[in-house]
Formats: sequence, structure tokens, C-alpha cells
Amino acid sequence: MASDSPAADRREFMLRVLRLGGMTAATVAGGAWLRSRSARPGESEVLVADRRTGVPADPALPEMVVAQGESPEALVRRAVDELGGMRRFIARGDVVVLKPNIGWDRTPEQAANTNPDLVAEVVRMCQDAGARTVIVTDMSCNDPRVCFERSGIAAAARAAGAEVILPDERRFKQVNLGGDVLTTWPVLESFLVADKIINLPIAKHHSLTGCTLGMKNFYGIIGGQRSRLHQRINESLVDLTAFARPTLTIVDAHRVLMRGGPTGGSLADVEFKKTLIAGTDPVAIDSYAAKAWWDLDYQRLPFLRIAQARGLGKMNFEEVRTKMVSV
Amino acid sequence: MRFTQTTLSRVRRVSQIVFLAAFFVLLFKSEFSGSFRGSSGPVRLPWPVSIFLEADPLAALATALSTHTLYRGLWWSLVILVPTFFLGRFFCGWVCPLGTLNHFFGSLRSETKRGKALLESNRYKPWQAVKYYVLAVVLLSAVFGSLIAGLLDPIPLTVRSLALSVLPGANYASNALLDMWYQSPSRPARFGADVAQFVLQGTLVTFRQPHFRQAFFLGAIFIGLLALNLRVTRFWCRAVCPLGALLGLASRWSLVHLRKDPGRCDDCNRCLLHCQGGDDPIPGPKWRKAECHLCMNCVGDCPTSGIAFSVGPMRSAATTVEAPQVQRRKLITGVAAGAVLVPLLRSTTGLEVESDSRLIRPPGALDEAHFLERCIRCGECMKVCPNNALHPTFMEGGLEGLWTPVLVPRVGYCEPSCVLCSQVCPTGAIWEITEAQKLGRPSRPNARNASGAAVPGDAPPEASNPIKIGTAFYDQGRCLPWAMATDCIVCEEWCPTSPKAVFLLKADVVDADGNTKSVRRPQVDVKRCIGCGACEFACPVKDRPAVYVTSVGETRSKTNQFILPPAPKR
Repeated sequence: MASDSPAADRREFMLRVLRLGGMTAATVAGGAWLRSRSARPGESEVLVADRRTGVPADPALPEMVVAQGESPEALVRRAVDELGGMRRFIARGDVVVLKPNIGWDRTPEQAANTNPDLVAEVVRMCQDAGARTVIVTDMSCNDPRVCFERSGIAAAARAAGAEVILPDERRFKQVNLGGDVLTTWPVLESFLVADKIINLPIAKHHSLTGCTLGMKNFYGIIGGQRSRLHQRINESLVDLTAFARPTLTIVDAHRVLMRGGPTGGSLADVEFKKTLIAGTDPVAIDSYAAKAWWDLDYQRLPFLRIAQARGLGKMNFEEVRTKMVSV
Repeated sequence: MRFTQTTLSRVRRVSQIVFLAAFFVLLFKSEFSGSFRGSSGPVRLPWPVSIFLEADPLAALATALSTHTLYRGLWWSLVILVPTFFLGRFFCGWVCPLGTLNHFFGSLRSETKRGKALLESNRYKPWQAVKYYVLAVVLLSAVFGSLIAGLLDPIPLTVRSLALSVLPGANYASNALLDMWYQSPSRPARFGADVAQFVLQGTLVTFRQPHFRQAFFLGAIFIGLLALNLRVTRFWCRAVCPLGALLGLASRWSLVHLRKDPGRCDDCNRCLLHCQGGDDPIPGPKWRKAECHLCMNCVGDCPTSGIAFSVGPMRSAATTVEAPQVQRRKLITGVAAGAVLVPLLRSTTGLEVESDSRLIRPPGALDEAHFLERCIRCGECMKVCPNNALHPTFMEGGLEGLWTPVLVPRVGYCEPSCVLCSQVCPTGAIWEITEAQKLGRPSRPNARNASGAAVPGDAPPEASNPIKIGTAFYDQGRCLPWAMATDCIVCEEWCPTSPKAVFLLKADVVDADGNTKSVRRPQVDVKRCIGCGACEFACPVKDRPAVYVTSVGETRSKTNQFILPPAPKR
């Protein structure tokens, strides 16, 4: 506002200069602060180094139990009892993550996903053993919303009291897996917070590895462009298993997709094997199943050899303490 | 009587809000939420999500002209059309979601619509007749077998614009804000973000962020159209809307009239202030019935009871124009334009002569000629597709096929067990099919006993061929086992047919270092391939995949074929 007296003019001028000085100082300070923050953008990494989801070995107990019988629920109860009971694996207050195969838009009869009754039974066993939370999750290949329902697993696990988690974008965290071929990949956060991990694969045919079993099931803990993993599938499987460190592995072989895996679709390719393999050695379990249904010797499966070299287990299943039971 | 009529505009507002809310709820429900009964139950949406489209008289009339039939739920349009005979354009003022949005944006304060200018802008203008010429063009096009009516029909236009552009945009914005919120170091703030996400889930925030081709243009056109209201209230409804034109014609002999009593008028012009249709409710010029949206604002605003709506025969032809004011010469021009448009479009090489190899239509889609007779470009199929696989075309379907659905396997493949697009299609362009039809399975499986063996003597209905929407081909120069001596097999792993249409052949190859390796090379069994695009979707060669689907071999076409089917077994 124009003023009449020169004194007021001067005053107005001084105030304006002060204000401009303040603005300049704030702008330069802001600029300097932003300048100091400048860095080349990179992935924000979460490094999970030493995960302890295993339990100590007990020489008095078998390392692998092969159970045969009609009911998957009865088989898993018996097999885990033989292994020392669920309380050996689950401590009171544990967050337990179950990793069934919920990869495909297929019904339980088509045997491309883990048997829902088996998943529900394991949920109940974990709760009986005192688990605080039992989470059931997987990164499906087909639309997870459809896979979780079609497999029957969402309904069965929810009814048993589990928290069923769909793998949406926000649930993945960038993690350095520290593997030989797998470094930074997005991992489902449930596997990062888990105290215990129970791997619940279904035994299926697969063109690249002959069969897909427990180690291959860990594809479902990561997101991102997984289709690149197939180029070095043996190393990838071992990296994932080494990262996941399953507390317990339970292979569903009630129905087995003998051909046309891992998607299947035709009931003609499904055979009733009415078997369940449970144990603490993920390598021996895969080795046993590959031999049992596809007659694949462990010498012919490079991922078993690499896994043994990495100390994840024994590829010769005859060297582990095994108990065969029929229920 | 007067009391009732002043409250009517409030009742109208409630009606508009209710219908707009219903429209949005159904739009949000046009998405598979992840629940269906039993693991073998069909994937279906429990809500009648296409009901607004099915109740659209223009969609019904246009498809009736092009197909001489009325598909499935389109008879719901009679619920709108028949009352219009008696009442007039109540749909425009009370029901239409785009009308309501225009109404809202038209009521915002605007520099160009103040005082005298506002009154002037709400008087009837000769250009309001343009919509009748537009109607003539789109109906004549329908007669010649092209449903371009859907481009301008307000219901498909609104569904398309919101579902493919505005809502995905809102989804992106919500996610971006939630991401920022989640990065807050404060725990209560992150809890707030959890709450916000829970509230938004299923409406603005969907399970997966959808992306659509053409989305920017669809959104820009829609926003531009709403912004026009700031210049002229309901410009779209008054000047362009072919559905409004149709309802204007349908109200020719309606029984609701605006009675003017010039003796009580004190020339305050208030009746013009909030007029929606531009139909001259003021004493002096004649009231134009075909333009009136029956919004009831004029009678509510009149301080002297100089005007009122009455039901019954028209009292005086001196104060009312019953028929739409169209110029015969221009109408003939419109008819001629409509008659020429489709033959001209069809004289190019599109359609069956030289169709685009990437014009992969959704399963259940009719052959292209019948498809174009029905598709109103509403985008419901694209909205509902759980894999975000369907997109509006640009030129893949020719100029005539603009914004019709095309499957883009790189973005999403067609889930074999899903028939949602055929459930929601209001006009049968994607004819309703079942999972069994799509998969070529018997409509009921072979009965099995408890141990899983087939029950002897049970004869299930015979299986047919599955619906094929295209065929996969390999680009061997980009495929890892073919070109780079590297194992991969992801396409084979994903192939959903049983037995798999992608099969592997072992081959000894030499890599760059001179080592001989054994790899498995994928090939396509054309007899089994259904063109779903799962292989193309999953191929690790991200930018231009080494396996891709083209439309050839699609079940719906008699001409777009290349393999002679094997002779049936005798």
C-alpha cells in the first residue's frame, strides 16, 4: 500500500527486504536439505539372515515317516505322532505358516493342489499344540481368488480356524535370499514373521524336474517374475529351500497326478496312492517320493545332490531313519 | 396440489441419488470377489450387475433392429420405455446415472452461466435437435448391422468410462496414498492405513490394480463431457444423447403436461434458473415436451403458481410443442448418413476379409458379423474379467469395432474355468455359455463311486470340442530352448489343457561355449490348443514373448481357419 510519509515507505521497504531474506534463507535451506538426501534410487532391502524355524534332531525318533491308509487326516495324525508329536515342532505362542500348494484353478479331485482335508487337519493339530496363529498362504499361479476357493483350501482352513491370507501386492517384501542364483526377490511377508513353517506339498508330475514335491513347493513363497527360475531350476529350488528352512515337511500323496503336471485337469492322470510322507529332512522326503512314484533315482535329480551339498539333508533316503506305518 | 408439486423436485433428487448409488454398487459388484459355493461350483456373480444396461431402451431397440430379436434381460428396457409413453422423459431426470452426474456438474457455479447468461442458456436452442439426427444415424447403422449406438448411448458410455478409466484411476490414486500412509513411522498412523484399506477394499481398491488400453482417452472424453456442463447445463443430454432423443420421441403422446397460466406470471424467470432440459417452461414460448426431463424444478421455483404439471389430455396446443422439433431435411441427412456409414465401413478390408491377427475375442463371442450386431462397447466384460485380460480395441477391430473387447494375453490370459464375461454381456455379443461348454466337457461328469472308479452303466452326455479363441505360435528366434540352449518349459507348465497342447521335444544343442546340452523344446499341438494365452502370459521373455496367440482357428469363425480337422472316428 502506498504511503504518504517517507518514513513509512522506508519501514515498508525494510520489512519487505526482511521477508525476502527469510524466504531466501528458507528456500536455500530446503534446497540444501533435499540436495543432501540425493542418492541413486535402489531397492529397499530387508535382509533375513539367520532364520530359526527348525527343531533339534532327536536320535530316538525317525526322520521320515511313510504312512499308508484311506484317510489323509488319520495318516497325518499318526505320522506326526511317530515323529514325536506336534508339540515337538510347535511351541506355545508360535506363529505357524502352512504352505500348501494352492497354485492352480483345480478341484481337489484333480490333484493339482494339496488336499484341503489334510490342510485343515494340520491347522487343528497346530492349534492343539498351542500355536498362537496358524496362517495358510501361497502365491498361486492362476488367479489366487479362484485358486484358494476352487482348491477347497480356503474354506477348509478357515473352518478349522486358520487365517487364510491371499497374496496381494502389498504383502510382499523385498528380501535378499542369499542364494547361489536367487538374490533379491519379493517374499510373502507371512514367511518372514513365521516362527515355524510347515511345508504341505502335493506330489505331482512336472516336465522339467520329473516331479514337483516339497522343495519345488517353495516357489509359492516368492512373487516377482518367477518364470525365470526355470532356467536354473535345480539351484533355484535349493536356494528357496535353504531360505525357507521348513520345520516339518508333509507330502500329500493321497491322490497323485502322475502325468500332465503340474496343472493336470484330467482325472485319468490321477491315481490314488493313499500315502503321506512326513519328516524333518526335506531332501530325503523328495528323494523317496521321486523314487516311489516316478522311479527317479536321486542320482538323476540334480537338485537333491545340490541340496545335500548345501547341507539341507540327505539325498539317499535309505540313510535316514525311516518308519513305515499303515493306518 | 401446489404443495405436492414443489416437493416433487425433492423426491426426484432422492430418486436420482438412489439410482446413482445402485449404479455404483452394481459396478463395484461387477468383480469376482473370490467366493463361490463349493470347490466345483461355477464362478458366477451373485448380483444382476448388467441390469442398467439391460434396462436401456436404446440398446434394446438397436439390437432389435440389427438382430430382429431381444436377448435375455433386454426386455427389462420395457420397464423404462412403456412408462415413458405415458409420462415422458422421466428416465432422464429421475434415473439415468449420466443424467444425474450431468445434473450435479451443471449445478456447480460457473462464470459463464450467471444471471442473464444462465437464463439465456436454459432457453430452448435449435441445436438441441442434433440428438435426433444422432439417433437416426445410430439406428440406421443398427439396421445395417453395426451397434455403434453403444459409443454414444449414455449407459454403456458411463459404464465403460467409469469401469475402464475413472475407477482404475481412483484405484491407483488410493493405492499411492495408502503406500505413503503405510510408510509412516507411527504405528497408529499405519493402523489408520489398515482401516482405510479395509474400508476401500472392494470399491476403490480392488484385489489387483486394473489397467486398460485406451483408458486415458475414455477418461478424458468422459471428464470433458462432464465439464461441458459448466458452459451449458446438461449439454450432453440436450444436444447429443441418442437415448434422450429416443425417449423424447416415445413421449409424443404422453399424458403429463406443463400447464401455463400467463395471468399469474410476474415475469421473474425463476422457472428457467434450474431447468434441466432446456424446454422453455416460461410463459410466452411454447413448452417443448420432448425436451423436458420432468425434473420439476420449474414448478418448485415458481413463486406465483403460474405453472404446474397436470395429468390428462393436452388442454391447449397454443402453449405446448408435443413432437420434437426436427428439420425434415436434416433428419433425412441423418438417415442418409446412417445408411451410408456402415456400408462405407464395411467396404474396407476389416471384418472377415483381413482381420487383425491379434483380434482375439472373448470365449462365447459370436462370429464377427453377429458380434458387431450386438456389442454396445459397455466394457462390462472387461470390468468383470478376473485376469484383466479383456481390453477395449483401438483399431484391431477396424474403425467400426472401436472399443469392443479384445483379449491381450500379455496382460492376462483367459481362465479356462471362467465364463463371467458371458454372464454379464447384456446383448449376447458374448453369448452366455457354461463352463462345460467352454471346456468341451460333458455337462455332468461320469458318476464315480467312493474309490473313484467310474460307475458302470452310467452314460454321461457326450463331450464336444472346447471353445477355441485362437492358436499359440512360437517365435523360435526368441524362445530360450530354441535359440539360447537354455531349458525353460514355463509355457508347458502353464498350459491348462489336458493333455497339454504345449509338448516338449528333447534336442541336443550346442551352446555358445561349444558344449553340447540336452534341452526340451516346446511345440504346439494345434488340435489341443484353445488359445487361452496362458503360455504367452507366463513366457519369461517379457517384452515380446516367444510364444504368442493369434486369432486363427477361433471356434466362432468359419473363415478364420487354417487346419483341416481330423476325420471323425467311424
